[in-house]
Amino acid sequence: MKRRITLPFAAIAVSGLLLAGCSSNDTPATSSATDGGSTDAMPAGCEAYAAYGVHEGDSVEVYATIQGQEADDLVTSFADFENCTGVTVNYVGTQEFETQINVRVEGGDAPDLAIFPQPGLLSRIVATGSVVGAPAAVETNVDQFWSESWKQYGTVDGTFYAAPLMASVKGWVWYSPTDFAAKGYEVPATWDDMMALTEKMAADGKDNAQYRPWCVGFESGDATGWAGTDWIEDIVLRQAGADNYDKWVSGDLKFNSPEIIKAFDTFGDIAKDPAFVNGGFGGPESIVSTSFNDGGLPILDSNCSMHHQASFYEAQWPEGTDVSENGDVWAFITPKMKASDPDAVTGGGEFVAAFNSDPATVALQTFMSSDTWANTRVSLGGVISANKGLDPNNASSAIGKASIEILQGQDTIFRFDASDLMPGVVGAASFWTGISDWVVSSKDTQQTVEFIDSTWPTS
Amino acid sequence: MLSVEHLFASGRLASASSSFWSDSGGKLGGALIAVAVFAAVIGLLMFFADHAPKRNRDFIQLILFVLPALVLLSVGLVWPAVQTVWQSFTDDNGKFIAFENFVTIATDPTMRRVLINTLVWVALVPTLSSSIGLAYAVFIDKSKGEKLLKSLVFMPMAISFVGASIIWGFMYTYRAPAFPQIGFLNQLLVWAGLPSQQFTASSPMNTFYLIIIMVWIQTGFAMVIFSAAIKGVPGELNEAAALDGANAWQRFWNVTVPWIRGSIVVVVTTITIATLKVFDIVRTVTGGQFNTSVVANEMYSRAFRLGQPSLGAALAVVLFLMVFPIIMYNVRTLRRYKEAH
Repeated sequence: MKRRITLPFAAIAVSGLLLAGCSSNDTPATSSATDGGSTDAMPAGCEAYAAYGVHEGDSVEVYATIQGQEADDLVTSFADFENCTGVTVNYVGTQEFETQINVRVEGGDAPDLAIFPQPGLLSRIVATGSVVGAPAAVETNVDQFWSESWKQYGTVDGTFYAAPLMASVKGWVWYSPTDFAAKGYEVPATWDDMMALTEKMAADGKDNAQYRPWCVGFESGDATGWAGTDWIEDIVLRQAGADNYDKWVSGDLKFNSPEIIKAFDTFGDIAKDPAFVNGGFGGPESIVSTSFNDGGLPILDSNCSMHHQASFYEAQWPEGTDVSENGDVWAFITPKMKASDPDAVTGGGEFVAAFNSDPATVALQTFMSSDTWANTRVSLGGVISANKGLDPNNASSAIGKASIEILQGQDTIFRFDASDLMPGVVGAASFWTGISDWVVSSKDTQQTVEFIDSTWPTS
Repeated sequence: MLSVEHLFASGRLASASSSFWSDSGGKLGGALIAVAVFAAVIGLLMFFADHAPKRNRDFIQLILFVLPALVLLSVGLVWPAVQTVWQSFTDDNGKFIAFENFVTIATDPTMRRVLINTLVWVALVPTLSSSIGLAYAVFIDKSKGEKLLKSLVFMPMAISFVGASIIWGFMYTYRAPAFPQIGFLNQLLVWAGLPSQQFTASSPMNTFYLIIIMVWIQTGFAMVIFSAAIKGVPGELNEAAALDGANAWQRFWNVTVPWIRGSIVVVVTTITIATLKVFDIVRTVTGGQFNTSVVANEMYSRAFRLGQPSLGAALAVVLFLMVFPIIMYNVRTLRRYKEAH
């Protein structure tokens, strides 16, 4: 009898020991940042941070989607700020941000600062009434360091809430500088130049049965087609202008309107012409079965000359490929329609909004909108920002540097990737499937735009 | 400059790897804590069950052992099911809209296509895999290399649906006729002098090419069960039938099939249920594009990708309503079969 009682208790005692042993291993998320910086906490290094004041003992929670290496870099970028101001930054990153931010706001447990991955979500949360307007210092920074279009994405119903943080640029056309030089091709300055170049390339390359001027890949599992929506977005922004682009995003301009149909037809002049696509893979019908990862690789085999894809395609080139202005591959921004048109690019970005006006929160929010933060973070690698105080040489890659220079351009019009802003059933479904069916010609342009319009939510 | 950068880089690497260890240490610790807590709770439960008062010991022990399962079932199964059914009658803002989601499913052309595709799957997969499996089991029964022949067909069962879909994705890969082929089937076509085919992107045949993947997997399952059942047919029954002048065909239909009827019901219903729920194959090969979507795939897309959770819930209810009668039939037939034997 006695033994039967002791055994379960012994088991519980052992597991209790295990518990104690394990819990001591847990380390708070912020310790790496504070530990690393404590040795060089010298007053001399803190001049840039004097304006933020000292808030000894205060802590600020930053909530965002960023994870992994990028999250570590983000935490590192706060280290000096924490040492100089005494503020502790608690960074919480989650993949469930888009649903969890709703839950936390509704439950009265809003973070101090949240980094929104797209403006649509920001305006939905602003509508709950829990986001506070940006402090004057943040607005001053944004007026100084960002273009008007960036500020607009952080503005909801005339009130400015959120400063932009990091950015990305889409709409690059990848090509081979060495190949261009050998064949005497020049980077086109306008869309018409690009079409003329395309025809010249097709004529020059007709001896190689596999060669086409362009290579295009849409295949991406259940997201097949997104690469095509990037094309349409780039064309709409350049052809119909930023105002029409905004109306198109909000649903005021239908897909079945002359502007959007013209954009499809303009893309069709390339993507549906068997003489122009799809180098190394087949004709236009092969576009949907070519994965977006492989899409541009035939450039290296000289089976195609140009490939339209975002800056992240840099990571797809095989190891040892020289990605530089005179190297194996490089990229130019999709040209404008007329030489007199303003520069315009599509891309993505993040926005920092606050849920309270505590002094420490304001201090960190202001710091994150400054050129000091942008330079610190971009120097750590992997990301870029549209902050005009940012030194492009701090970018970790050549294409990143070029992206920063484009974003900082005096009159560059920046617009968010339209499909990211449209309702999910359109931007992440019917626009994708529509353009896939369109490019294999199972729907013509009219049927495609009518189909996409029919899926736009009514309420 | 170079050395400074180098130092910087190696420092970064060191801090990254140290954070990896502390991260995984924390996660491992969390897992161990969970296991320890579970063991402690079970230990306590056992302890109290063992030392319950003598008078109602049986009853108390029953409650103690059944309660955790009941709690987990209601939290993890019953309650979410009730919630899903409720959600299917609301819009995405939680407003009650009665049968509107179901009307959408029945009238929207995209949705109708999804339902038709699902019916095509259900009509073809169980019949094809069961009949091929049965025929194969009969033909190789008592043949020379039976074990080897069986394992050849059974092997695809060991591959996950996703794995099989990736394999068949390569089989179906398309390149234009004049280009070097990398897909096996298209290479065969080109060798035979035929044009290569867009197997996965040309509707409506692409649904049939996806169905082949599932048949390929499920035939092995059907074959193994049928083979075992056929071995259970008493030899004297067949002999008696042969003496009465029945030929092999007649013996198959009048002796073997009635004898293994229970196995046939199990195999057909099991495969039918698996087919109704098919998701992995469609999602992996086409992602539901090019008119290949089925109910389970559409449910996932609507609920978790496209921000239409209530329409997703309605699709889940539709799926449940389709599976439910089959399970009822399965249970009832099996019970009758058991009583008869």
